[in-house]
Amino acid sequence: MAERVFHKSILRNEDPQILAGKAQYLDDIELPGMLYAAFKRSDYAHARLKSIDVSEAKALPGVIGVYTAEDFGDLVKPGPLQVPPPTAIKGATYSSRTLMPIAKDKVRYSGEPVAVVIAESRYIAEDACDYIYPDFEPLDAVIDLEKALQPGATLVHEDLPSNEAAHVVQERGNYAEAAAKADVVIKKKIYVDRVAAAALENRGIVINWDEKAQMMTIWCGTQSPITLRNATASRMGLFENQVRVITPFTGGGFGPKINTSMPDDVLLTELAVRLNRPIKWYEDRRENFLATTSERDQVHYAEIALTKDGKILGFKDVFYHNSGAYDPYMMTVPLNTQTHTVSNYNIPNFYTEITMVFTNEMVVTPVRGAGRPQGVFVMERMIDAAARELKMDVAEIRRVNLIQPDAYPVSTGIIGQDFVEGVLDSGDYPTALAKVMSMIDYKKFREEIQPKARAEGKHLGIGICTFTEGTGVGPYEGAKITVGGNGKVSVATGVATQGQAHYTSFAQIAAEQLGVEVKDVKVITGDTGAFAWGAGTFASRGATVAGTAIHLAAVKVKDKALKLASKILETPESELELVGGYVQVADIPGKKISLGELASMANPMRGTFPPGAEPGLEAVAYYGPPYGATGAGCMAMILDVDAETMKPKIERLVIVHDCGIPINPMVVEGQVHGGIQMGIGNAFFEKVFYDETGQLLTASFMDYLFPQATDMPPKIEMGHIETPSPLNPLGIKGVGEAGAIPTPAAFTQALEDALYDTGVEIMESNLSPSKVYSYVMKAKGA
Amino acid sequence: MTQLVKINVTVNGVPYEREVEPRLLLSDFIRHDLKLTGTHVGCEHGLCGACTILFDGQSVRSCIMFAVMADGHKIETVESLGTPEHLHPLQEAFMEKHALQCGFCTPGFLMTLVDYLGDNKNPTDEEIREAIDGNYCRCTGYENIVEAVKLAAKKMAAHS
Repeated sequence: MAERVFHKSILRNEDPQILAGKAQYLDDIELPGMLYAAFKRSDYAHARLKSIDVSEAKALPGVIGVYTAEDFGDLVKPGPLQVPPPTAIKGATYSSRTLMPIAKDKVRYSGEPVAVVIAESRYIAEDACDYIYPDFEPLDAVIDLEKALQPGATLVHEDLPSNEAAHVVQERGNYAEAAAKADVVIKKKIYVDRVAAAALENRGIVINWDEKAQMMTIWCGTQSPITLRNATASRMGLFENQVRVITPFTGGGFGPKINTSMPDDVLLTELAVRLNRPIKWYEDRRENFLATTSERDQVHYAEIALTKDGKILGFKDVFYHNSGAYDPYMMTVPLNTQTHTVSNYNIPNFYTEITMVFTNEMVVTPVRGAGRPQGVFVMERMIDAAARELKMDVAEIRRVNLIQPDAYPVSTGIIGQDFVEGVLDSGDYPTALAKVMSMIDYKKFREEIQPKARAEGKHLGIGICTFTEGTGVGPYEGAKITVGGNGKVSVATGVATQGQAHYTSFAQIAAEQLGVEVKDVKVITGDTGAFAWGAGTFASRGATVAGTAIHLAAVKVKDKALKLASKILETPESELELVGGYVQVADIPGKKISLGELASMANPMRGTFPPGAEPGLEAVAYYGPPYGATGAGCMAMILDVDAETMKPKIERLVIVHDCGIPINPMVVEGQVHGGIQMGIGNAFFEKVFYDETGQLLTASFMDYLFPQATDMPPKIEMGHIETPSPLNPLGIKGVGEAGAIPTPAAFTQALEDALYDTGVEIMESNLSPSKVYSYVMKAKGA
Repeated sequence: MTQLVKINVTVNGVPYEREVEPRLLLSDFIRHDLKLTGTHVGCEHGLCGACTILFDGQSVRSCIMFAVMADGHKIETVESLGTPEHLHPLQEAFMEKHALQCGFCTPGFLMTLVDYLGDNKNPTDEEIREAIDGNYCRCTGYENIVEAVKLAAKKMAAHS
């Protein structure tokens, strides 16, 4: 039998190349004759663009061209919707206003491009931007979500009757009836603020138009190479196979790199053809803050209705979601908020209402978590408020409301981002909670550690939260697996990789079936020349959806290899096995044939070819789930807060996590670690801050506080539960966003608990010491 | 066009004589003039640490220095450490402890740490966190990097 390589911590195939500095990232690509782009961006969040003078910029030595809206003709129109509208939800209304590639008459966010410079170097292109003089007539900026909806508010899109971008109501059961019967109804207003994905590598693109071959090659660290290829081809009147998108090594994605038909790819593909020279653009960090999408900003009015013993009868959440200036990504984020607000609790009556609002801020699209952290924050904070009101223990009130392990599949009655009703496929939430309580020694903390600390004047608090993570959504992914004449295995799939270890985890899935070493499987992700179908890397779906397609393709290749080997070795297939790169007869050592030889024989160069046969040891397979697989977990955190400075120190952080069967447990733990870092940032350090005029005040790492090594807990203590997903043959679920989801909720609960003597209640994330201080002062009546 | 300035600089043991604009960033000189693209640029304002190199043996951020400042100096980049086939013990430790994911920040961490571990043979967890506090990582949450540094310290002690 071959050694099992699936469900095993295997070191990464990609690491030696990356560690030696030999991995090619986007800005490493240089082509002969290459030109460089820079964008002149609006300093105003909302203004009419009356005119623009580019004559000085054009005259600079080394400048090839300076282009404004009038130079792009028909190209200057709203781009395609990247996600369809929520027509599956009854009564949903929406207005789609997609991104303009370049501002024509009006700018709607600070950072919107008004001109593009092409020059012989990036330095010259950026110089030239300083010699472009737009004449703006400033307008009032729309920033506050609720004020934006008041009658007479300034309009972001003047062709619309209001700033409402969309409205969706979903309900299961009947909240009003539940509230009428409840012993307690609690109402709170809750804020979640905006954060940046802040991948270490900024966005960028390299485009080469080969006029003679009539072929465009695009290198881009996109999360969705297929979408970029398709949009580019249809916009330019080319066939899809005339555009090849290659994702090089990519320095993190975390959401915003999913976007295509952005100003850069639209304008620069056009200019690469027009100038017939390769063009590169690599964003700088300021541009990344200004003009790469970000997420989270929501205001919730939540209500929870309970019995006096803490059973939740109903939950109501009316919330406003900031869409930014345009809504190319439609409602993915707020729909995730809806589905994740109550998903792990047994709440029969749930009313949820989204109003999505246009503002003069950067466009909102998913950032790791993608609406889920807000939903979990709202629910968990409301449960904490209920526990306080009912004088119940925060862990106990959760325990009595969790969905039980015998309940699956659980239909949620709420339609999610994949436009089907959410169904919880599998899980074990009570065990996760029990395990976390045991790992953090909850009882001892409450009975001994905390009272002792309090007696000593210390402010030690605990937070404990549960969460789900909807992952692995449709529509589908595919994979092509080919055994080479060299006996090694090539796996190609349409999803792109931004550091998730696909070069290893996908190799493990293929190697498990084909009996080769993991290092002998070469994985190609995100090269449309190698695999031309799929949707992309988002919603923690790469491993689950593409991974399952790879498994199915590997099984097909295995069958092909067995069939052919059976003829050659004159042995029934049932007596053959794939081990060490050979197909061998199980009981007869030496009676074997290598996969490389088989691959060559499967592609005869002379002679006959039987009807119906397919050449090569190669197969393609596709997989699309009926609905997503739901991961879950529970987190507990102990904070030691300095009551003078309000600086919190995370003493312990425990997470128990369930993503079904992990392909590579080491990689899963790494994903959770990274998510938690972002969650800690979102809870306390990070905040994309727009002032009332729409100016971004956090456009550098000087102002935007990125969590550093000393901000993290000394150790992330992790426990695992494995409830296999019944939706796919490998039993896998996604994990990419898990860590980011519960962390702000657990952090805020622990903070309140630590500051117990102030009576403070904090219904807000994206805090800071000064913010916490102001809450405490308010609680003290100061 | 600004006048070009002649500089002599030794990078990874190789002497180079080049003419550069006075405003050319050292990071761009290394990456685009010398084609040593292992050094990465994440923020271009000296915060993220991805562009860290050794300058006369000391770790510095190459994105907030000019190439002309390197005239007459010695530079080491990540390419000086190991090859994919023969990794440096620090690189091996990063691989074995899963201390990198997207890998974009990794060269900066490695160059910060070769300098640090040269002077600190057996650092504690807290000391390591202080040492890497100027390097940002969005993927790993830093914990596995701390583990890798401890392993690297052991490996390097065994090598010396």
